[in-house]
Amino acid sequence: MLEAALSILIVVGAIFTLIGSLGLARMPDFYSRLHGPTKATTLGVGSLLIASMIYFSTQDDGISFHEILVTLFLFITAPVSAHLLSKAALHLRVKSLVAPPREVEEADAGECK
Amino acid sequence: MKHWLLPHPILTPTLAIIWVLLVNSLSPGAIILGLLLGWAIPLFTLRFWPDQVRLRKPLTLLRFILVVLYDILVANLAVAWLILRGPRHIEPAFVVVPLSLTTDIGISFLANTISLTPGTVSSWLSPDRRSLVVQGISVQDPDDLVKTIKRRYEAPLLEVFEPC
Repeated sequence: MLEAALSILIVVGAIFTLIGSLGLARMPDFYSRLHGPTKATTLGVGSLLIASMIYFSTQDDGISFHEILVTLFLFITAPVSAHLLSKAALHLRVKSLVAPPREVEEADAGECK
Repeated sequence: MKHWLLPHPILTPTLAIIWVLLVNSLSPGAIILGLLLGWAIPLFTLRFWPDQVRLRKPLTLLRFILVVLYDILVANLAVAWLILRGPRHIEPAFVVVPLSLTTDIGISFLANTISLTPGTVSSWLSPDRRSLVVQGISVQDPDDLVKTIKRRYEAPLLEVFEPC
């Protein structure tokens, strides 16, 4: 019973991670590519971590809390790196399907003077 | 008002909890060492944290975190579905969210939340910190997206982090 639940969690996690990577490859422009890895992976890694937590809490003596920390760090760092990538892309005027808002261009032009 | 012995009352228990999680044990030794580190680190890094973080309504923050976790779950499914359907069905758009938040921590919280939830990534903060540019992967109605972000995420953060 426990093994079945763990297997489901691990498979679900793996599937979401795969879909995240697939998004990176399939999407047409830089900004859309960002979404796959930043989102689909949170659930993917999340279910893998829950599986790990249950497994190590039942196998060894004592409860395993390490995974909460991994989740915490992931939730803090993933959006920051996505923001930085996106901001750098706006600054470099990476080709996008839709035009970025006027404000960005104006501020950038001011900075370069 | 800053207390010289305990400049960051919230950081201390947070660091202690992180230490206990790192050590992965609830022994008294680990807790005491965690509290000691939680007391010493803010003291030695005082210059790095000039402003004290104030949480005005911890319960609102808790509810906010639950809402965000739920949204992350939904966002994951939505984005996964979009990716599987293929790039022809996406409707990317940039929207500008005017900010009511003024504190650093409030804006960081909002930007991180936006990046973690439904098909949106916060891309750019204007130099005057009045607006945040958000890129969405499937935006049917830009005004509606701005309204949702302001109502669902910014309103509770305003209550928690903004000084009266």
